Amino acid sequence: MLNIEVGVKYKSKLYFHMSNLFIPNPKEAESIHILREVAAQFERPVLLFSGGKDSITLVRLAQKAFFPAKIPFPLLHVDTGHNFPETIEFRDQLVAELGLELIVRKVQDSIDQGKVREERGRYASRNSLQTTTLLDAIEEFKFDACIGGARRDEEKARAKERVFSVRDDFGQWDEKNQRPELFDMLNGKIHVGQNVRVFPISNWTELDVWEYIKTENIAIPSIYFAHRREVFFRDGLIWTANEHVFREVHEEVVEKWVRFRTVGDMTCTAAVLSEAKTLEDVVAEIRESTLSERGARIDDKRSEAAMETRKKVGYF
Amino acid sequence: MDIQGRKLIKIATAGSVDDGKSTLIGRLLYDTNSLTTDKIEAIERSSKQRGYDYLDFSLATDGLVAEREQGITIDVAHIYFNTAKTNFIVADTPGHVEYTRNMVTGASTSQVAIILIDARKGVIEQTYRHFFIANLLRMSHVVVAINKMDLVNYEEDIFLKIKADFDGLVAKSSFSEEQITFIPVSALKGENIARQSEAMPWYVGNTLLDHLEVLEPQDLQESAVARFPVQYVIRPKTEAYHDFRGFSGKLYGNELQVGDRVAVLPSGNESTIKSIHFFEKEVKAAAPGASVVISLEDEVDCSRGDMIVKVGEEPKSEKILAATLCQVNSKVLQVGQKYILQHGVNRVLAKVDRIEAKVHADFSGEEDTTQLRLNDIGKVHFRLSKPIHYDSYQNNKSNGAFILIDEGSFDTVSVGFID
Repeated sequence: MLNIEVGVKYKSKLYFHMSNLFIPNPKEAESIHILREVAAQFERPVLLFSGGKDSITLVRLAQKAFFPAKIPFPLLHVDTGHNFPETIEFRDQLVAELGLELIVRKVQDSIDQGKVREERGRYASRNSLQTTTLLDAIEEFKFDACIGGARRDEEKARAKERVFSVRDDFGQWDEKNQRPELFDMLNGKIHVGQNVRVFPISNWTELDVWEYIKTENIAIPSIYFAHRREVFFRDGLIWTANEHVFREVHEEVVEKWVRFRTVGDMTCTAAVLSEAKTLEDVVAEIRESTLSERGARIDDKRSEAAMETRKKVGYF
Repeated sequence: MDIQGRKLIKIATAGSVDDGKSTLIGRLLYDTNSLTTDKIEAIERSSKQRGYDYLDFSLATDGLVAEREQGITIDVAHIYFNTAKTNFIVADTPGHVEYTRNMVTGASTSQVAIILIDARKGVIEQTYRHFFIANLLRMSHVVVAINKMDLVNYEEDIFLKIKADFDGLVAKSSFSEEQITFIPVSALKGENIARQSEAMPWYVGNTLLDHLEVLEPQDLQESAVARFPVQYVIRPKTEAYHDFRGFSGKLYGNELQVGDRVAVLPSGNESTIKSIHFFEKEVKAAAPGASVVISLEDEVDCSRGDMIVKVGEEPKSEKILAATLCQVNSKVLQVGQKYILQHGVNRVLAKVDRIEAKVHADFSGEEDTTQLRLNDIGKVHFRLSKPIHYDSYQNNKSNGAFILIDEGSFDTVSVGFID
């Protein structure tokens, strides 16, 4: 009797589409394949969740990979303490809605423990300090696979990143000694102490992600849409005026219509002038845009090889 | 097709050092407006710093510090661009003699090979190797881009001579199903890349970009049938899905549909497909390439590494294997060595039984050998700890390829194409 009831519920409530031939979106199918390999090949995977659109897309892909079961790994948020409050609010809502397990580890704790030192001055950021907190969390929970939303189109050094990228005990990336990845066979065999960084949306472009968010109608934090914000201009970039962001006295604060194209730490994420208030507007803007996404990342501007240097020491 | 209905074309590029491959890709990006203002500015800055009097587009793709210093690419880099109709993924692979492994790697995920030839040098030994690998992987389209035409006064005779030499190479190959197209270009000047060249009025074919947009890549599989390797068993154990037991995986070769009579390998137990799921949707049939969840009518034993196939279409299940192998790691492969063999998502132990021959990647035949070194290609026989369910690479690419994993380092050391 009970079984019949369950059956009815499952047919009528949750399965609302029935189509003939399912033709996949190849990039989505590839990402799902990768996520299932992670669940099958590793003991303790974790999804690194920043609250940004790429990690939100990963969560949707993970839902799809394991549905109707729950996502079989927790989310880890490395909290710099300088997040946009909208992102944190969004994170907690998403986790509650999907019944996911969320682990938060704070950069502030690493600072308090004296493991890292706070940067000072004009370009002070906690962005690079995240690495230590992340490596500590990996050790604490014995994570053997960390799933991240990095894409190869973001930056030159990332263009050479593997889907399964093996890191040593120190989280280091040896770009000259990477395992070749052939067809879609993924080799996740590692030794004790090693871990793998996994990038399921390696082959997606920024536009792919936005079009996916639009088509799938995925909720994202409000700061991705145009809003009025107090900002100041420096080096041709738009910085958030906030207690966490160092500002010279002469740097004047103005209020502008802006939005963010990436959501990182407040100290290293620049805004762009925009009036895009809906997903349609945002996608149209990205299509037209001539400034690349990481162009609005202050941390990459330090030098031409900035990203590669950070990756070698375990930055995500 | 992506969600916007655009075609997805995956391209592997191959060329020798200084053939201008990075420049070609940079030019493609520039001409399709895929380079953003800040990237163009970075290229302008770097070009100026180095005292060049032109824009060095190769700076758009050469990613790693070491490479920038040496001015050469050393690994596979992936580059993305799109036109209104098509999404492109380019696997940019270096052309040095010692880096055969990189082209094999890049080609394994691509359908189209662009082979670059320096018009001043013509067909060289590297060209042989690049074409050999495109053939080995059975790529459906080969585009021979004869570059640096500006340095040979855009002369048609030079183009025709190189084409004739290349045709000589084609005659040597046993694989003849691919479509080969020759295009004279100057990547530096943008001739015949996105813009029809006025300097070469004698060339009436498509520009490179037009050609890439119109071609219809396909897997050249002789008799592809459905193969569904099980990746992960989905058991929600929730109240709503109390009895649900689904097999997740990516479908290859051909369609599967609800009602199909299937066998689960290795047990051989038969059942019928009860349902096919994609997230909250239930579908009647799935096309190859789909990552779906399948449930069966009967409670049959089925776990990761097993394979669901249609009854009557079973692949070979054997404990011996003969394959063409490409060595992608500096560790030497010898008779008697043991490896972890990963075939799709399934792993077994494999022992090298016999090395039949080393194959010369320049079409000059074979030689006897007792070992295979990095970048060597050879014919190798294995014995396996358990049977695997395979097709020949010719008949079913995904089910006819495997990798070897070193038991000590866990590195991927070889890729195999099953006979």
